[in-house]
Amino acid sequence: MDYFLELFLSGLTRGSIYALIALGYTMVYGIIQLINFAHGEIYMIGAFVALVVSGVLTIYGFSGVSILILAALIAIIYSAAYGYTLEKIAYRPLRGAPRLSPLISAIGMSLFLQNYVLLAQTADFLPFPELVPEFEFMEPIAHIMGSAELIILITSAITMIGLTLLIKYTRIGKAMRATQQDMVMARLTGINVDRVISVTFIIGSVLAAIAGVLVGSYIGQINYFIGFMAGVKAFTAAVLGGIGNIPGAALGGLVLGLAEAMAAGYISSAYEDVFAFGVLVLILILRPSGLLGKAVKQKV
Amino acid sequence: MRKSVMKSFVVIALLSMIVPAVGFAADTIKIGVAGPHTGDLAPYGLPTKDAAMMLAEQVNAAGGVLGKQIEVVPMDDQCKPEIATSAATKLVSEGVDIVIGHVCSGATKAALGIYKESNIIAISPSATNPPLTQSGDYPNFYRTIAPDDDQGKLAASFATDKLGAKKIAILHDKGDYGKGFADFSQAAIEAGGKAKVVLFEGVTPGAMDYSAVVQKIRREGADAVIFGGYHPEASKLVGQMKKKRVNVPFIGPDGVKGDGFLEIAGDDAEGVYATGPMDVSALAGNKKAKDDYVAKFGKEPGTFFDQGYAAMQTILNAIKESGGTDSAGLEKALRGSYVDTAVGKIKFDAKGDAEGVGFSVFQVQDGKFVELK
Repeated sequence: MDYFLELFLSGLTRGSIYALIALGYTMVYGIIQLINFAHGEIYMIGAFVALVVSGVLTIYGFSGVSILILAALIAIIYSAAYGYTLEKIAYRPLRGAPRLSPLISAIGMSLFLQNYVLLAQTADFLPFPELVPEFEFMEPIAHIMGSAELIILITSAITMIGLTLLIKYTRIGKAMRATQQDMVMARLTGINVDRVISVTFIIGSVLAAIAGVLVGSYIGQINYFIGFMAGVKAFTAAVLGGIGNIPGAALGGLVLGLAEAMAAGYISSAYEDVFAFGVLVLILILRPSGLLGKAVKQKV
Repeated sequence: MRKSVMKSFVVIALLSMIVPAVGFAADTIKIGVAGPHTGDLAPYGLPTKDAAMMLAEQVNAAGGVLGKQIEVVPMDDQCKPEIATSAATKLVSEGVDIVIGHVCSGATKAALGIYKESNIIAISPSATNPPLTQSGDYPNFYRTIAPDDDQGKLAASFATDKLGAKKIAILHDKGDYGKGFADFSQAAIEAGGKAKVVLFEGVTPGAMDYSAVVQKIRREGADAVIFGGYHPEASKLVGQMKKKRVNVPFIGPDGVKGDGFLEIAGDDAEGVYATGPMDVSALAGNKKAKDDYVAKFGKEPGTFFDQGYAAMQTILNAIKESGGTDSAGLEKALRGSYVDTAVGKIKFDAKGDAEGVGFSVFQVQDGKFVELK
């Protein structure tokens, strides 16, 4: 039972990171039906910015938690700027183009950002400081759940609740929902659709940056390529939950993380990915629109 | 007209290159040096050739061995098995007494049958494929480098004998290098019978975290972890083991033993074990060989220089001891006594592997890898 609990928490931690990134995929898809393949790179850039900032702050003698918060804030601002610019440069000019064009543009941006960081930083792994301190009160259960994992779980829970509230109760949230339902109609009622799309990209990038900082500090190492695998997994999670559906992305992330942890724990970690993608195939066969996705109505 | 003149120049130039290689001198001992001397892999073959020629020159200047001059016959095989067979045939027909080579394991395997038929001994500076010696097919083969499985065997014996581990978890990164090391360790542990392999599993490089597999290590009650792979995964595993309070020794291969690991794993690296090639640079014999090379060529020697130099040293010593170039006598001398070489004091065991070369265990102490004696 202890073992199951350990695996469950390990899966939950991993899953909530997937979920944070998956939300960015699913929100963008929900509004402009684009799979933003460069999203994983935003996550990677978030981690890199936090690394640089924490390096500088350490020199100035800040302590662990304050570094974590400041580094996360600056990473969020940077990533948001990247997300906003990405949309403006690579996707907005292609708004009316066939669906394949922005998709190729997204892949191009992903490669561009990867190689940009590769050249500007290094190809090697870089050590990431452990920003979350070891909490004393966690010691008796440290073998099951460490303080870094606790912070990951709490932060992602708060972030997801905040996102839900934002979409449900604010003006911009309402505008986002309207744009998602029908972009032309939303425009007719006076919603600035371009601005809504920009905001969507910014929110997605903020979530990815938070995930990047959390993972960097949890794992202790980053390199320019971490965005790729995380992006693939998060995209899988978004599809699993029903792409375009926000609670679905969160659920998909958790299911994927748990599936991986259980597969690694009870079968073999060599087959972790096989199992994770096996779950995806199975769910898509049984529920083609994902766990929470609604069957797409054909627009005539 | 002009063209044919040019052609004859080319022919003359080519002939002049061949002549010194053939060189007939009645009373010489011929030592063939086979390996890649041209092509992509030449950097692995040329240092051995240089080492052999340099030593031969020194010995000849001092009067030769048993009153005979040493003649080095280089032969290019480009590391290709199909060229290696014809290179070997050529060396045999030139009447070499003994061969240093070949360099690549595949080429060596292809050539060894030919030497065996002609009863010629071959000593490779670099062919690490384990079956070359262990299969027993080539009693005429020796090498001055440790075979690939030595590292795995060392990790296994270190875990069972020095650390006294009874239940060992073996992880690997699913790659050729990592899985190979893990396989050899597992085989050695099972053959030794002192401990049980409680977990043998691949992990995915680049996966977000390894906490599930770390929990598995705890559940299996492992008292040592052997990991085959490189430093990014190793540092991730070490860090997560520490976070999950799995406090058991961690042993990695030479892919872990480097500054990259120390940098990324940071404080978690402390106490980690890694196997790696023995440090021979402090040996007087090694220093002298390198200094001679630098004095002669004006640059640092390349890959397998030490091993090639050592091969030539063992050969010269065996000829001196046995009093000739008779294979049976050489064999006895090669296996019989230790020789002080550029890779340390070595002699060959019954299979042809050198005793005294190979890997050591290192441990991270105060942020540095320290060789454990």
